[in-house]
Amino acid sequence: MERAATAAEPLDDLLPAPVLSLQRAVRFGLIGGMAAVVVAAIGMVETFEARTLIDPFLALGLTTLYLASFTFGFVAGSPPPEREGFAKPKAGLRSLAAGAIAGVLAGVVLSAFMLLADAVNLRNIFVSVSPQLLELLTFGKGLGTGILLVLVVSTAVGVAGSAVHLIPAQVRRPIMYTVMWVLLVGLLQSVIEPVFRGLGLPSLIDVLYEEAGGLRLAGVVIVAAAVFLLSFFLGGKGRALQGRLDALPAQRRRSYISILLLVAAAIVYMIPRVVGPFLSEVLDLAGLYLLMALGLNIVIGYAGLLDLGYVAFFAVGAYTTAILTSPNSPRFTPEMTLWASLPFVVLAAALAGLLVGTPVLRMRGDYLAIVTLGFGEIARILLNSDALKETFGGAQGIINIPNMVIGPLTVRGPEVFFYPIFIFAILAGYVSLAIQNSRMGRAWMAMREDELVAETMGVNIVAAKLSAFVVGASLASIGGALFAVKVGSVFPSSFNIVVSITILVLIIVGGMGSVPGVTVGALALVALPELLREFNEYKFLMYGILLIFMMLKRPEGFIPSKRRALELHQDEVLQDAWLQIYGDEETGPQEEGV
Amino acid sequence: MPLFRTEGLTKSFGGLRAIDSLDMHVDEGEIVSVIGPNGAGKTTFFNLVTGLEKPDDGVIEFDGQPIVGLVPSQIIKLGIARTFQNVRLFPNMTVRENVMVSRHCRTRSGLIGAVLRTPAFRREEEETRRIAEDTLGFFGTRLVGYRLDQLALVLSYANRRRLEIARAMASSPRLLLLDEPTAGMNPRETVEITELIGKMRDEKGFTILLIEHDMRVVRGVSDRVVVIDYGRKIAEGTYEEVAQNEQVIEAYLGRPAEKGA
Ligand SMILES: Nc1ncnc2c1ncn2[C@@H]1O[C@H](COP(=O)(O)OP(=O)(O)OP(=O)(O)O)[C@@H](O)[C@H]1O
Ligand SMILES: [Mg+2]
Repeated sequence: MERAATAAEPLDDLLPAPVLSLQRAVRFGLIGGMAAVVVAAIGMVETFEARTLIDPFLALGLTTLYLASFTFGFVAGSPPPEREGFAKPKAGLRSLAAGAIAGVLAGVVLSAFMLLADAVNLRNIFVSVSPQLLELLTFGKGLGTGILLVLVVSTAVGVAGSAVHLIPAQVRRPIMYTVMWVLLVGLLQSVIEPVFRGLGLPSLIDVLYEEAGGLRLAGVVIVAAAVFLLSFFLGGKGRALQGRLDALPAQRRRSYISILLLVAAAIVYMIPRVVGPFLSEVLDLAGLYLLMALGLNIVIGYAGLLDLGYVAFFAVGAYTTAILTSPNSPRFTPEMTLWASLPFVVLAAALAGLLVGTPVLRMRGDYLAIVTLGFGEIARILLNSDALKETFGGAQGIINIPNMVIGPLTVRGPEVFFYPIFIFAILAGYVSLAIQNSRMGRAWMAMREDELVAETMGVNIVAAKLSAFVVGASLASIGGALFAVKVGSVFPSSFNIVVSITILVLIIVGGMGSVPGVTVGALALVALPELLREFNEYKFLMYGILLIFMMLKRPEGFIPSKRRALELHQDEVLQDAWLQIYGDEETGPQEEGV
Repeated sequence: MPLFRTEGLTKSFGGLRAIDSLDMHVDEGEIVSVIGPNGAGKTTFFNLVTGLEKPDDGVIEFDGQPIVGLVPSQIIKLGIARTFQNVRLFPNMTVRENVMVSRHCRTRSGLIGAVLRTPAFRREEEETRRIAEDTLGFFGTRLVGYRLDQLALVLSYANRRRLEIARAMASSPRLLLLDEPTAGMNPRETVEITELIGKMRDEKGFTILLIEHDMRVVRGVSDRVVVIDYGRKIAEGTYEEVAQNEQVIEAYLGRPAEKGA
């Protein structure tokens, strides 16, 4: 403060910008309006409106639409960053004003779009801009009243967005969590209902939800109260519990951990029974993606080799399984069991890993990405080709892959299949973690950091790269084997580039190099769009938005690995390091000069 | 027989002869300094020895074995480790991990051992860890304790240099190549490193080849000094002999700061 006061005049341009920067508010308002228009024009509003969140008045469509006003109201109202030596800028009425401006402008842009849609037929370009959409946007009140309403609602939502900054920090988190959970519980009705039914609590469904869809008001209150209380009282307790567990003597701790593991195993055992076939199917899919993502995580996250053709290894796993086990395999029909074929599957994938890895040994970064992308496509085209039809079945693929048999048990149906997928995913997670802190894991990391120095310090780069490809390929091939057996057939069209991209996205969003991050990524990005079919249509748009957001705001992912978190908190550590050096100078053992 | 020897070593970059038929030898247990004006070819010499560059001509022998044509990871395995003039650590790895990496060539456990956590794997991992921490302990309290788990990128400049030296030391080399280990250090830190270089030979038994611009360091530690200019050896001997040499004085003329001390 002192410094700011005395040096105010010459340092004018260093002073923090005023809380309300009109220009900022205008800019974000216009961007928000544009975002809302896009959401409306591509048909998201209409499609999403079918899903009611809170019974009479809130559905997903308009919520998505006004999310733009909310978000950009929030951004416009955010106080400028704190500056060393200056008072911490506070959010105040000016924030609200900024939010209001952003909200109004977003409303104006949206209104302009509505007027345009009313005057001109836009359906030739945007199929979804229909009279029904206009009806929806105007709240069914006609264009004049509708526009007025849009302006009012958008402003209010913008102000609400900026008001988040005014909530005192202690309660901000509980309140945000509460709102988010209420919306989430409303959104996931189709998931939660079967779970409650499976748990034998069908009565709870009627308390929470309306039959036709959407939370009842009573449900809102219950969820809100539960979440608020939980987050208010339990917030931060997890760490304390961890601390208490760490403080226990080793033997007691071990017994506690084994009890926890048993409980976890029991819960996992119950999951497919409780959630029913549809949700199990979705979990199976997420599990397969998780398995592959863990493999790719080794190649990209650990070893730093950007592989965009990862689906090729998935395909090798699936086709090898199909050829070895199916009686309909066109050329070879050894008709092995799945378990007998598995070693060969992994072997084939490892060979494929070497095949892809060897020519790209000298490539890095973008070049590697492009070439591996090519390999992925080559694999699919080969499987599809007429020339190799005799072996791979061409576009007809290979059918009649027998079921998985464990002892006397035949694994059939998504609920039972959940278990092997889960077990293999756990194994893959364990393998990833075990390798991370080992000689090879360190060698990969060193190679990712600086290939030349790693080589100079004794890491055989050829071996390190090839082993990363081989381990990644092996994990993907197990995913492929499970996929082939689960579906009972393989077709080339299942192995297109979209699979590679999806796996990559969920690694980036979850947190590169982080096993828990990849897990959450698989659930959120693979399972969620499956559960909410309307999301599926806009899946790639959302992936794109999410990727851009992550790259800008959180490049380390949602649940970063410890290492990335360290990188993130560099500033603090740097300061700390500086203090320490400073301390060293004063207490250092040597006398000055000689 | 010397531990390390080159004969007629030559390397050109385009028309520029960076190393010009250089003959050089280092005996076991010696500390030899390589000095010369900027651009004389000192770092290039290290790059040739460690396999980062291929010589156009000449022989490099280590322990009686020719090493030209080997890749860097094989050379460090034979027992030649180096540091870089422009410190090159693994910035996003911790201090301990940076050092553990250089044990790669002295350890053998593979992926299977890591996954199964075999006793052999655990023993080796434990040993790697211990050696890394012991080596870092060589620099006093500077790189141990909470520092072990800090990322290399947060270290101060002098600590980065120390860490790089520790990383090279941990590979259990017989010949250690240090490229300007005191560059950018303050006088006190320089003295400290000078003492440590002596200790490395006396306590750890390393043979040391040192590139250095600071003549106080050179005088302080060298058994023998080799002067290079334009890639050629222009003088060789004790520090005092070399400092008297006409050619050397000439090579350094116009560079009084370097000649001083
Ligand atoms: N990769 C390269 N390509 C082209 N020229 C190079 C290359 N590496 C070194 N040189 C040249 O070779 C000569 C010797 O360089 P070198 O780095 O070995 O000098 P140095 O003795 O280490 O100098 P300094 O004291 O500045 O570190 C210089 O003229 C340099 O420009
Ligand atoms: Mg140099």
